[in-house]
Amino acid sequence: MKSSFWRERRIPLAWLLLTRKPLRLLVALAGICFAGILMFMQLGFRDGLFDASVTVHKLFDTDLVLMSPRSMSSIGMSGFPRRRLIQTMAHKDVEGITAVNWNFLLWRNPETLSTRSILALGFEPNDPLLKDPDFSKKAKALTMRGRVLFDELSRDEFGPIPEWFREGRTIETEVAGKRVRVAGLVSLGPSFGADGNLITSRETFLQLLPSTPVGSIEIGLVRLKNGSDSSLVAKSLRASLPNDVMVLTRQGFIDFEKNYWKTSTSIGFIFTLGAAMGFVVGSVIVYQILYSDVSDHLPEYATLMAMGYRLKTLLGVVAREGILLAVMGYVPAYITGSGLYALVRTSTKLPIAMDPQRAVLVFILILFMCMGSALLAMRRLVDADPAEIF
Amino acid sequence: MSFSVMKNKTYKDESKLAVEIDQLSHWFGKASTRRKVLDNISMKISTGEVVLLTGPSGCGKTTLLTLIGALRKVEEGSISVFGHQLRDSSRRTRQKLRRQIGMIFQGHNLLQCLTSEQNVQMGADLIKGLSYRSRRDQSREWLRVVGLEDHMVKLPHDLSGGQKQRVAIARALAARPKLLLADEPTSALDSVTGREVVDLLKKLALKNSCAVLMVTHDPRILDVADRVLQMEDGRLLNSTT
Repeated sequence: MKSSFWRERRIPLAWLLLTRKPLRLLVALAGICFAGILMFMQLGFRDGLFDASVTVHKLFDTDLVLMSPRSMSSIGMSGFPRRRLIQTMAHKDVEGITAVNWNFLLWRNPETLSTRSILALGFEPNDPLLKDPDFSKKAKALTMRGRVLFDELSRDEFGPIPEWFREGRTIETEVAGKRVRVAGLVSLGPSFGADGNLITSRETFLQLLPSTPVGSIEIGLVRLKNGSDSSLVAKSLRASLPNDVMVLTRQGFIDFEKNYWKTSTSIGFIFTLGAAMGFVVGSVIVYQILYSDVSDHLPEYATLMAMGYRLKTLLGVVAREGILLAVMGYVPAYITGSGLYALVRTSTKLPIAMDPQRAVLVFILILFMCMGSALLAMRRLVDADPAEIF
Repeated sequence: MSFSVMKNKTYKDESKLAVEIDQLSHWFGKASTRRKVLDNISMKISTGEVVLLTGPSGCGKTTLLTLIGALRKVEEGSISVFGHQLRDSSRRTRQKLRRQIGMIFQGHNLLQCLTSEQNVQMGADLIKGLSYRSRRDQSREWLRVVGLEDHMVKLPHDLSGGQKQRVAIARALAARPKLLLADEPTSALDSVTGREVVDLLKKLALKNSCAVLMVTHDPRILDVADRVLQMEDGRLLNSTT
């Protein structure tokens, strides 16, 4: 194997042709890198949006979710009768339920006194809500009226609540024009729909939003006994409950939310289009670079043909130039993309990170971009006439 | 005399024949612009023979060279190179045959991104079955032969015209050709360097039993030839020994 490699080894013509003009190579790499970064950011924002839209959804301690069929998404929840949730207790596989009120309220920043919309969740503090095992302890503080748990991952515009709380300060502010006190911190995370979150008791929630009917909830969490098949139970509940309520599995609840952002808004399309534009821009840049490279070296390629080199061999040189450009352009795009993800994550707290699937996808797109451009540039080479060099 | 008859008659010497051309004609252009550039050319070149082709500009010398070099399709008549008939030959056949033909171009045509050694190795790389190291060593040896052992790592733009031509010769010879075609190899050189290059070509050709066909306008190098062929208006006029 090793001896075969040394026997077959050739002068790295593709590399030498590319590096002969370093400035042009740098321009080409900058173009590919730019296209790569554009694709990374657009795809990252798109995936981040979809992931961020279900930040809270993923944290619920539940197997099934009941929702109103009129609910559009987390930013457009409708209520349904709480008794539908209680009815599910009649099913032999249901272990427990939690009624959740879900709405957006105005939070006053206690430092600047400006207001901002915050997602408020109301539930019975003695019922399980989140999978976090420490949460039940924190939830006990909500049994007192007017107490809230503040999401420490909320955007800074809500005020320096986590810092103040850790310093031991008593934090009181207004939510929906009513006085509340921060009784603890939780870690949920913002989404595209909500810049911040708070959790409170149903009692406080109804006090903050008195227009909410007492018997109405937005979300019903249903926990099943061990070994139960959530899909089968959901099917069974759908059959037994009236159609004023929708029964979803946990994954179905997450998919419902993601599907809203994918289909009911143009955000997914816009970000995919942005990635496509990056691809097109990159393709044009690489094509121009490779085409002018082949054109510049046409007499040299023709000389090689006249010497007896096969056209296939020379097309292979152009293809290798394409691969080299792809690899050399991808590496800085990956590094810069990772850095920008960290920047976006820090400043917006969106769950955006470099994941292997996206890293591979962008590399394939860059490779495709470079090889496609190389293929087009090869047409110039096919036209090379070795007789013309005499 | 038809080509087949001629082939039969020269059968005994055929193993020494490098090139055999019979009633070759060639045209450029189409329809009303069609112009005959070669007219009924017949000639033979044996292995180890150095043949010079002279004549005024535009008389068809370079076209003849490109046809022998399997760079163009033969339209009328026939060309046989080492027994391979070029008329109606496929692109693949012509490409394979070109590996046995060394070409030295008027403008050197060195690859600008490669050093002298790498340029020569592009020729040696055409030889099958040799390891990378032996191909590299051979390239270095050829550069030594043409007197450029101190210029192996230089790029073409760091070499003089004569040095570039020597690299081109080394590159052509590194592929171990059986036929060497040179298009005015001395045109860009001063008289002394030109003479050196031609002497070198002859010496190396003889050493390697290689047939040489050289197009030239340079009267100072006519004495190196075994034969001088003269062309005019696409016709071969006479042959002087």
